[in-house]
This record gives sequence, structure tokens and C-alpha cells, in this order.
Amino acid sequence: METLKIAIRSLKINKMRSILTSLGIIIGVSAVIIMLSVGEGAKGKISKDISSMGSNLLMVMSGASTSGGVRMNLGSQPTLTMKDAEAILKDCPSVLNVAPILSGNKQIIFANQNWSTGVYGITPSYLTIGLWEIEDGRAITEEDVKNTMKVAILGSTVVTNLFGDLDPIGRKIRIGGMPFKVIGILQSKGQSGMGQDRDDTVLIPITTAQKKLFGSDFPGVVKFINVQAKSEDSLYSAEDEIKALLKDRHNIGQNKEDDFTIRNFTEMMETVKKTVATMTLLLGSIASVSLLVGGIGIMNIMLVSVTERTKEIGIRMAIGAKAMDIRLQFLIEALLLSLAGGLVGVILGVSVSKIINLCSELTTIISPMSIFLSFGFSGLVGIGFGFYPAYKASLLNPIDALRYE
Amino acid sequence: MSLIEIKNIIKTYETGETSFRALDEVSLSINSGEFVAIMGASGSGKSTFMNMLGCLDKPTEGDYFLDGTDIMSLNSDELSKIRNLKLGFVFQGFNLISRTSALENVEMPMIYKGISLEKRIEKAKEMLKIVGLENREHHHPNQMSGGQQQRVAIARAIVNDAPIILADEPTGNLDTKTSIEIMNFFVELNEKKKKTIILVTHESEIAEYAKRIVKFRDGKIISDELK
Repeated sequence: METLKIAIRSLKINKMRSILTSLGIIIGVSAVIIMLSVGEGAKGKISKDISSMGSNLLMVMSGASTSGGVRMNLGSQPTLTMKDAEAILKDCPSVLNVAPILSGNKQIIFANQNWSTGVYGITPSYLTIGLWEIEDGRAITEEDVKNTMKVAILGSTVVTNLFGDLDPIGRKIRIGGMPFKVIGILQSKGQSGMGQDRDDTVLIPITTAQKKLFGSDFPGVVKFINVQAKSEDSLYSAEDEIKALLKDRHNIGQNKEDDFTIRNFTEMMETVKKTVATMTLLLGSIASVSLLVGGIGIMNIMLVSVTERTKEIGIRMAIGAKAMDIRLQFLIEALLLSLAGGLVGVILGVSVSKIINLCSELTTIISPMSIFLSFGFSGLVGIGFGFYPAYKASLLNPIDALRYE
Repeated sequence: MSLIEIKNIIKTYETGETSFRALDEVSLSINSGEFVAIMGASGSGKSTFMNMLGCLDKPTEGDYFLDGTDIMSLNSDELSKIRNLKLGFVFQGFNLISRTSALENVEMPMIYKGISLEKRIEKAKEMLKIVGLENREHHHPNQMSGGQQQRVAIARAIVNDAPIILADEPTGNLDTKTSIEIMNFFVELNEKKKKTIILVTHESEIAEYAKRIVKFRDGKIISDELK
């Protein structure tokens, strides 16, 4: 307690020096907190994306084939059919659900407003797999699909652009010149991790898309099939099963190129997540280096302080201070410098993180862990780098110290 | 047994290959309540002897009993404790801690004794009153004259009720008038408070205040006279 007071007093005597010394720690701690919060924010965003996309997803795309030696866009060749989708659901034991999709860009018109967006021909399972919720009205049903109904569900971006403040339910819109009745509105999902607006979408029954909107030579053609595996562990077996099944169904020989592509979205997102985690770690470690440098600054100043106060140490020893008293005094000084710096650093780091969150596109999440970690680390730095100067001070010989000028 | 009992102490300093004997089989005993002046030219060994007496350094050989305690057997922390409780130091250069008030300087020995803040302040104030500095409590050493600083040092030396006061050229940095003032303090402490005072000086006028004069030359005592 007394030692603490002595330490505070001697820090006060050299105010400017104490503040500058702590500055190293302040910058280090706040940098760690800011970096970790940016990283956490990115990670959190991706996690949200993954869960909002639906879990354990695979996407089977038609195409990827070469047409006369020219590679085509994925989905450009209609090689998948409704039958394929049904077969995948029926014959692949690892598959829980499938959602065949036929999509394309169309001009949507309501009254004097128009909007161009992706129109997706779907089955009800699309909503289930993709975790889409209906905010208003009703979903597309099996009945709608069976009867090739000209009904549509709109994403909120489309609603805003076409209807403004009007209630779109029950109104007629024209999709590619064809009249459709709006039956529902999707709940907003916001931007995807890739920066895509997921609310800019129109959903219609797949049969309507196949037979009426995107007139095709092949009946029952689909562009993609979203597949949901039974669990995360069965993702890879599902992928293999689908591959084998489709190769068989499409009569693709051993050495021939597949006319479809399977993408594992969960895996992709996980990879992105891992990359972000690595980046966070990297940023955090760079920031910790500044904390370490701050620690060296403390050690430096403490060594100067010990030398400067050699005489004081001698006097204290002469009047009865034990080696431990001297050691504690300097150690506590170092610890105070680093903890005060740590505290200010935490406040600064948290504030800057919040400002970043408010004023920029980046999301930041301040985890209590990062505060605890950086503050604790600053304490450790204080003890670690304060120990040597304190130890050096306690080893002084009182006679020599008294004689020091 | 006397308060201070020194038998055949030797202090050798190793300087490179040659060794130098600063104290050569010195024996001395001092009783409680004595006022001893230790005299000698520089290099006579009187300062080395003072450091031994003050438990700031240990002799290379010999015996030293202080108030019955065998100093030779103590480690540095135990020596700190002895200095804290049994000895009060007054130095030529005052040796106050700068940028620290008179009151806090006087308080300091009590911190290491483990006395509570309240009692410390009370006692420190009392001591400053004894040395006539009751209105200088919050002055820093650089705001005080040499005589005032030395009086703060005396207050610090007696604050833990140490029976022995060691004064190493206490008037060396002071003018004649202030020197007399300070020496009168020591006489008063010796006579009224029954403190044992050991004074190192090379000035015979200062030594005159003591009741016993011990002279050193070449690391040996050459005379020891009672007045």
C-alpha cells in the first residue's frame, strides 16, 4: 500500500515522461482491440451469411462444358432437368432436400415503374433450404407449381423500387411482358458476404418459368439444383453421390468432362471464415508487437529512472528499506505505467472501434475477450519489463548508491 | 556488555591485484549515552569505520556486536532492519530525497518500520517541531537552507527512536553559525534524550562538542581520550 503511494508519487513527479512512456502501451492496447474487433466483425458477418444462406448446402450447376472447344459460362448449357433433381433426392442417401431452379434476368413492370432483376423459377423447397421467410402474403405452393400458376413473390428491394409505399399483395405485375399476380413478399436478408443484394429477387413457380417465361426446347430443364445434405459431415459424401449419379444419368464416360459442376457453399464460406480468422490473428499479432515495443519503452525509462534515483535508493536503504521494498517500488511503478496505459488504451480502442462501426462500411465487434487479453497482456508487459530494472535497483550497494551524484 | 562492541575488525579492499587494508584490527566499545567524535585525516579509515558502525558494510574479519546482536551473522535485509530501528544517520550532504516534502522525508523510516499513516504523520510533525521546523512541513529540500535541511535529516534520524545517531561530517556543508546551531542540537539530544551520538569530523572545533575523542590514522586507532 505504502509502496503504491511512493510509486504514484514518483510517477507524478515526472508527469510528461510517465505519459509518454504509457503512450506506447496505450497505442499497443488500442491497436490490439481495434484489430481484433474488425476481425471479429468480419467473422460475425460471415457467420451470419452462412447461417442465413441455409446450412449444409451444395449447388449443382449445369454446363461447364465446352461447346466446340469454347468454354461456356456455368449454367449456360441446360444440362440438368427436374428428373435429375428428383433422382438426387431419391437415390442419394446423404441428401435431405433438393431445390431445382431455373433463373434468368427479366424486366419487371408495374404501372409506370420498371425494374430489371433475376427471376427465379423455384419449387417450395427452395424457400425451406434457403431459409427464406415470407413477410407478407403467402409462399409458392406445390399447387402453384403443379398448375403452372402465374404468381410471384418479391424481394424487398424489388418491392421498394416498383411499388414505393403501395401494398403489392394481390397486384398485377408484368415479368418479361407476361402478367403475374404478386402473392407474397420475402423477409429481407440484406447483403451477402460477397456484397450481393439478396433482396433483389423475384420468385415464381418453376413450371411457369420453364413453360411460359423462359421458353425452352427441352422440357423440364433447370439451371441449378440447390441440395441440402443431411448434416455437415455428409456434405462430402453427398457431393460424391451426386457426382456419380449424374455421371451415370448423363452417360458421361470415364475420361470425359462433366456437364455439371458441384459447388460446396458451406465449405467456401468456411474457407473465407478461416481466412478472416487468420487475418485477424495476423493483425492482432502485429498490434501486439507495438505492445511489446511499448513494454521495451517502459523498461528503458525504468532503467533511466533507477540510474537517476540511485542516490534516493541509497538513502532509502540507509534508513531501512529492504531489497524487496526497493524492488517492489520500481516494479509497481512499471506496473502502474503499463496498467494506466492499458486502461486508457482499452477506452481508446473501444471508442475507435465504435467510431469505425458507425462511420464506415466495416462492422466491428468488440469481444470482452480482446479487452481482457490486451489489458492482461499490458499488465504482463509491465511486470516482465519492469522486473529487470527493479531487480537492478535492489542489488545496489547502499554505500555506493549514497555516494552517487 | 557495551552498546557497541567492536573487536579486531579488518576491512580489506581489493583493487585489482593489490589489496588495501582500510581498517587494521580496530577494537572499540561505546556505551549507551556516550558522545564520541571520530577524527582523522582523509584516508585514515574513519569513513570506512563509520560505514561498518552504520551497518552499511560488513567488515572482512572481526566481531561486531550492536546492542547484543551479532552483526557479522546478519544478511543484508536483517542489516536493513537494524539500520531502521537502531541507527539514525545524519550525512554531510544531508541526503534528503529531493522533490519530497520535509514531512514525507521524516516519515520515511517509519514506512519501512511498518507504522500506520496517521501515526507517522503525527510523529513526523512532532519531530519537525523538536528541530524547530514546524512551519516548514511541506517545503521541499531545495526550498530550504542547508541548516534547515540538516535539521530535517536529524528529525529523520530520531523519528524511529533509534538509540544511536551516526553523524558523518554533519557540519561540513554549513557555515560556522549554523554549525554551532546543529552541534548544539546533538548535545541536546545526547543530554536530554540520552542518545548515543557518534560523530565523524576532521575539525577539532566540532570534535570539542563530544565527550570522547577517538583518532584514526592509517586504519588504526591512535588515541582514545575522554574529556
